Amino acid sequence: MDFKDYYKALGVAPDASADEIKRAFRKGARKYHPDINTDAGAEASFKDVNEAYEVLKDPEKRAAYDQLRNGPPPNEGQYQPPPDWDSGYRFSEGGPQSDEGFSDFFENLFRRGQGPGQKRYAERGADSHARLQIDIEDAYQGATRTLSMRTPVVGPDGMITMKDRNISVRIPAGVSEGQHIRLAGQGTPSPGGTAGDLFLEVSFAPHPVYRPDGKDLYLDLPITPWEAALGGHVVMPTPGGKVDLRIPANARNGQKMRLKGKGLPGTPPGDIYATLEIVNPKVSTDKARALFEQMAKEMPFDPRAHLGG
Amino acid sequence: MIRAPILEDSVLKKTTQRNEIVDALTLQDLCRFCQAEESWVIELVGHGVLEPVGSSVEHWRFRGMSIVRAKKACRLNRDLGINTAGVAMVLDLLDERDAALRRLARYEMLSSGEVDQ
Repeated sequence: MDFKDYYKALGVAPDASADEIKRAFRKGARKYHPDINTDAGAEASFKDVNEAYEVLKDPEKRAAYDQLRNGPPPNEGQYQPPPDWDSGYRFSEGGPQSDEGFSDFFENLFRRGQGPGQKRYAERGADSHARLQIDIEDAYQGATRTLSMRTPVVGPDGMITMKDRNISVRIPAGVSEGQHIRLAGQGTPSPGGTAGDLFLEVSFAPHPVYRPDGKDLYLDLPITPWEAALGGHVVMPTPGGKVDLRIPANARNGQKMRLKGKGLPGTPPGDIYATLEIVNPKVSTDKARALFEQMAKEMPFDPRAHLGG
Repeated sequence: MIRAPILEDSVLKKTTQRNEIVDALTLQDLCRFCQAEESWVIELVGHGVLEPVGSSVEHWRFRGMSIVRAKKACRLNRDLGINTAGVAMVLDLLDERDAALRRLARYEMLSSGEVDQ
């Protein structure tokens, strides 16, 4: 396991006062909260900040941690605490209130006797929550994905071990962003009763073409100047299959077309909004040049007429 | 965040688990789902953060966006200590921010071909 620098995680000096640590934690928690900060690394930072505070807010844990920190430096990144590193310190177990555990470093050193969010002899295991990122296409067709979860498990001897398990998830067609998939009995197991459920919060991976908004999808649809001028049908690929889109004559750049019911499946299904984007061809041949020159000569058109002057 | 890799065909055949999209929760279901007290959820309804269908508390059903918002509200309260009025405002502002970011993404895409002279 890696040694965790909890002072660095909070951005405070090793001799910071309890008040400074609390302030830094509150600021960090606000900044990195995964419901507020949508950056990819925010969730990990949020966990780091919480883990650091869990240790540094408790004077006994902090003292034990400081002693470790001032001890011999880690050996090639593989950190092993000295035996009896915590003798003389008394602290109770703590950990995240829900979801997966903290880092190996925390789980091995600071957790005693119980898994996160689980009473040792609860009748029913705790529910687990995790996030699952899928592609927009998966929401149309449905898909099966496997995900690996690391959960702290209490052994018969009362020791905590981190256990990896792979769970295969069938993603139902029609799932939309923010919805939850419930996997019955896949939460925290309970020694004396039934296991809790696992809830997966679905989010969409960024897509090169589509921007989702609820069940609707938005995209920019490139069209040629003559398609815009003359109108007509263009074939547009969508996650649900190819659709025929009628472009009105004299279409404007930025004009929005709605394809009713072609968005994410559901009752009712969402819509697709295509914003027209007129793209000029690159003039690279004499023929193309001649065609544009002919238009320049024969079409009276001043797009700057309204600018005055 | 879990990024799920694509599954090998050989593993697929053993999947016989029960799973479903979470929808139309009762007050008790929602409290279990969010690990929250009933009084806190009732307060969120009172602030208009959650909009259940159904005429009385016993008949309430929480659907779609209300479930998402309830979970966010509970996390914001638990992790940051924000009270009900604060959570209501944060969620509204987050909705506005997300809508603004979507619009911004669209304009950035349109103006990506800018050339200085």
